[in-house]
Amino acid sequence: MNNETIGSRDMGRYLNARVRDIAPSGIRKFFDLVSGNKDIITLGVGEPDFSTPWHVREACVYSLERGQTRYTSNAGMPELREAIAEYLDRSFQIQYDPGKEMIVTVGGSEAIDLALRALVEPGDEILIPEPCYISYSPIVSIGGGVPVGIETFAKDGFKLTAESLQKAITPNSKVLILCYPSNPTGGIMTREDWLPIAKIIEENDLIVISDEIYAELTYDQKHVSFASLPGMKDRTILVSGFSKAFAMTGWRMGYVCAHEELTQAMLKIHQYTVMCAPVMGQVAALEALKHGLDEKDRMVESYNMRRRLVVKGFRDIGLDCHEPQGAFYAFPSIQSTGLTSEEFATRLLYEAKVAAVPGNVFGQGGEGFLRCSYATSVQQLTEAIERMGELVTKIRQER
Amino acid sequence: MKELSELSLNILTLLKEDARRSPELLATLLGVKEKEIRDAIAQMEEDNVIVKYATVVNWSKVDEDKVTALIEVQITPERERGFEGIAERIYLFPQVKSVYLMSGAYDLLVEVEGKNLREVANFVSDKLSPIESVLSTKTHFILKKYKQDGIIYEDHEDDHRLVISP
Repeated sequence: MNNETIGSRDMGRYLNARVRDIAPSGIRKFFDLVSGNKDIITLGVGEPDFSTPWHVREACVYSLERGQTRYTSNAGMPELREAIAEYLDRSFQIQYDPGKEMIVTVGGSEAIDLALRALVEPGDEILIPEPCYISYSPIVSIGGGVPVGIETFAKDGFKLTAESLQKAITPNSKVLILCYPSNPTGGIMTREDWLPIAKIIEENDLIVISDEIYAELTYDQKHVSFASLPGMKDRTILVSGFSKAFAMTGWRMGYVCAHEELTQAMLKIHQYTVMCAPVMGQVAALEALKHGLDEKDRMVESYNMRRRLVVKGFRDIGLDCHEPQGAFYAFPSIQSTGLTSEEFATRLLYEAKVAAVPGNVFGQGGEGFLRCSYATSVQQLTEAIERMGELVTKIRQER
Repeated sequence: MKELSELSLNILTLLKEDARRSPELLATLLGVKEKEIRDAIAQMEEDNVIVKYATVVNWSKVDEDKVTALIEVQITPERERGFEGIAERIYLFPQVKSVYLMSGAYDLLVEVEGKNLREVANFVSDKLSPIESVLSTKTHFILKKYKQDGIIYEDHEDDHRLVISP
């Protein structure tokens, strides 16, 4: 059969219906829009502006020179898992057995996929506080699960409240996905915020996937891991990784920790799909944990300074902006301009040459907001806010 | 010696990166009042903690005749004054850009700048070596500067990030 005859047929009929029915991501649409534009300042980037610290890169180069190029054990190098266990204990007071309760994954993304594939059966309802990172809901759908968004609000600092969680629960509810510190809102949950949530989880016999990839990036207070709450360790699948804290996004190094039985189930999927995470990345991750903590602290302090700069900047140009307590995103409201998120983001791109992500792509509660990453230089941030200010003034004059 | 406050230390770190940052910007970045920044800077200037706000220049970018040498100098310390007097006699020459007292095989490391090789050589033979307590000198010419005072001259690590990512 030649290409023409294949092309004339509906290839979609071969597709798994769940995959076919996933809507294209809104962020992708905006990416395409932005990519055609030159000389823009972008606040749309979901990754650190630092390169991976040199000592980490150098350790990887050295390992390649020594020919360290082979498979590791499925769950990851034992030294790395031990180092992760020690790090989690020291930083967040959670104890995992590196031998039985941990898998090193290809980024936090694979960890999320493993957790959902291991848990979700058709018809299961998966609770997802929104606005949130864009991957959860599609992965739930691929597994036949039903994503159930729970809207969070700026007035609450985008925290998940016990009332709204309670309201969303039905007999089909199985999993709650948490992502705090939050991408895109910068919201965090304190111990006090967590306790009533943990109670509901217990009462309704639910399980939690806690994506704590931004755990190191909190500013006025330390991150509280959901797994560290009383009685919650066995009910939590902890997802984290090296991307954000150690500026290692391109290495794709993540990990997942959970009760032994859950971990062994996820390991089955992991070993048949990826075998093991890339060895170069594992070597680098180990170096980051062994010698990179000071450098990490310096990066966090640098984000903190820029956080203050953008929050003040947005407020000064007349946009409401709740104070983000974690990650490296500010989530200002553009409702006062009378435009939708997409309208504002599009005008911002074409008229002010600044790219930011419209909040509506992050689900319920995101409309009316704009995700602005402050992981970019002080100079660029200052310039971007100035241009945004001019646009806001112009829009107000038009009305 | 005074102990530096955390605020002062943070101010110094930010000014070392870019000395033109305004007190207003520093106040925003550090989350304090502008007056606190101004006061801390004034105090550090008074205490000579902040000595000067200088510009890092990459002279190799312009057609400017300039050579720099690092000179190892061995000296006999003077009674009572040790190395101070001789160091002063050397650093007062305007062509001397920096002087460090060193441990190890020699005593002073002197950075000298001149228009050309001969000018630096003349300085060494006419001014530096004849100083009574100077025992020996060893001159090394700098061929290229890659990094100075924590600042990389030509940073090749561009921002390769995608313009939008989730």
